[in-house]
Amino acid sequence: MFDIHLHGVGLAYGDHWVFKQLDLTLKGGQWTCLLGGSGVGKTTLLRMVAGLTGNGRVRTAGRILGGDDQPLHGRIAWMAQQDSLLPWATVLDNITIGERLRTISIFRRTRVNQQALVRARAILERVGLADKADSLPQHLSGGQRQRVALARTLFEDRPVVLMDEPFGALDAITRLNLQDLACELLQDKTVLLITHDPLEALRLGHEVYHLRGQPALLTDAIVPSGTTPRALNDGRLMALQGVLLDRLRCEEAAA
Amino acid sequence: MNRVLKPVSVIIGLLVAWQALVMVLDIPAFIIPEPVAVIIRMYDDAGLLWHHTLVTLTEMLLGLGFGVLLGVLMALMLVYFASLRPWLLPLLLTTQAIPVFALAPVLMLWFGYGMASKVIMTMLIIFFPVATCCYDGLRHTRQDWLDLAHTMGGGSWAVLRLIRWHAALPALASGLRMAVVVAPIGAVVGEWVGSSAGLGYLMLQANARLWVDLMFAALTVLAFCSVGLYYLTDLLLRKLIPWQSTDLS
Ligand SMILES: Nc1ncnc2c1ncn2[C@@H]1O[C@H](COP(=O)(O)OP(=O)(O)OP(=O)(O)O)[C@@H](O)[C@H]1O
Ligand SMILES: [Mg+2]
Repeated sequence: MFDIHLHGVGLAYGDHWVFKQLDLTLKGGQWTCLLGGSGVGKTTLLRMVAGLTGNGRVRTAGRILGGDDQPLHGRIAWMAQQDSLLPWATVLDNITIGERLRTISIFRRTRVNQQALVRARAILERVGLADKADSLPQHLSGGQRQRVALARTLFEDRPVVLMDEPFGALDAITRLNLQDLACELLQDKTVLLITHDPLEALRLGHEVYHLRGQPALLTDAIVPSGTTPRALNDGRLMALQGVLLDRLRCEEAAA
Repeated sequence: MNRVLKPVSVIIGLLVAWQALVMVLDIPAFIIPEPVAVIIRMYDDAGLLWHHTLVTLTEMLLGLGFGVLLGVLMALMLVYFASLRPWLLPLLLTTQAIPVFALAPVLMLWFGYGMASKVIMTMLIIFFPVATCCYDGLRHTRQDWLDLAHTMGGGSWAVLRLIRWHAALPALASGLRMAVVVAPIGAVVGEWVGSSAGLGYLMLQANARLWVDLMFAALTVLAFCSVGLYYLTDLLLRKLIPWQSTDLS
């Protein structure tokens, strides 16, 4: 599994640099969590890694490369805060949308092949929604919808997974359950998870960074010990959470 | 059931009010005939009415079909050929700036007194709401869907076919509902300006001969066609786009 290197990365809207001269290494096969207050530039950074900032009046600087010196294009799966499910498509169709997007052409009406369907159903089973394959998203709860989004991410089977507050809109219990599930299912991937919840970052991250300031800079990595997802009754983890929460609140007050 | 019952009771209510008005105010039959007289006329001249209704319906449906096709094509061009936009938008507006009434005689001159001129007229009226609504729908595809499709590696045709088109359907549907309502205007105005068949033609002829009951009979049939077409379209759209009712709330 390859590392991902961000070298001197910067991005500006007009003359306003959101971040500048940022260096970061995402270790292959590990979870890197990026913590930060609202509006500091977390989503912007993630979009830049995903190659989604190519247009408009943005200026970018720096390079983002895989450890094999190849760009990341085509090796990334993306999961955002909204589940982004297509309301007209069934759960199964939503999961396989990537496959259909890649194979459809003007002249051929390609169906998803049998192999892919079997794989999609297997994934659906793993996220615990085997019986919902033919439901429309509007008939699912928020937690179930986010499970489908997770299944769609898994179906893409890309080595790198970028997640932007994927569990932000869920209640506390559902969030914990989904964190466990994601941790289990995305074990062998290189994950960049963005969140403003210190607990989430500390439970899931092999390395936790804090993005702060303007233009934003990264603090040194926090490396919590133990295997993920870390237990909630770990005293040191809770203490660390307290420290991070205080830091975030100070920032908020200063801004 | 409610969706059928309500319109029907509205129609019956209107008929009763009409009959009451004529009886109470004692309006002479050559100004407003009694509904009963109109119904009798409809029964007696059913063959005649049917013949002309078919003509008008054909004009309306053909106009609708071509208008929708043209509107959707226009919307697609506006979205996908950004460089054409400054040229196409004024063109689109011009087709609406000229009142159809003013255009009708010219269309007769160019396309004759047959169906073609009415179809084109209907098409011109319908084209605008369909094009603008469809364009709006295509333009406002949710950014997160487009981002997702981009990271998945979908080409622009795939994204149009699998995402943007579906996302635009609710907007296109409201354009279609509007189009269906105005379609009869195009057809009937065309028939008034010059024709040899159709409900508009029949009304003109009846009017000239003071056959007021036949005129009202034609008018009633026209109203039924319009309302029926609207409800049919509505039903069809609900079937085709079952998710929109909750998604747009
Ligand atoms: N399209 C844009 N044009 C101009 N400025 C933008 C644009 N998008 C974001 N910004 C600015 O960039 C900064 C970072 O935004 P970003 O969305 O990355 O924040 P965030 O850290 O993800 O916040 P949150 O936690 O609230 O999601 C903000 O100050 C925002 O105002
Ligand atoms: Mg954000």
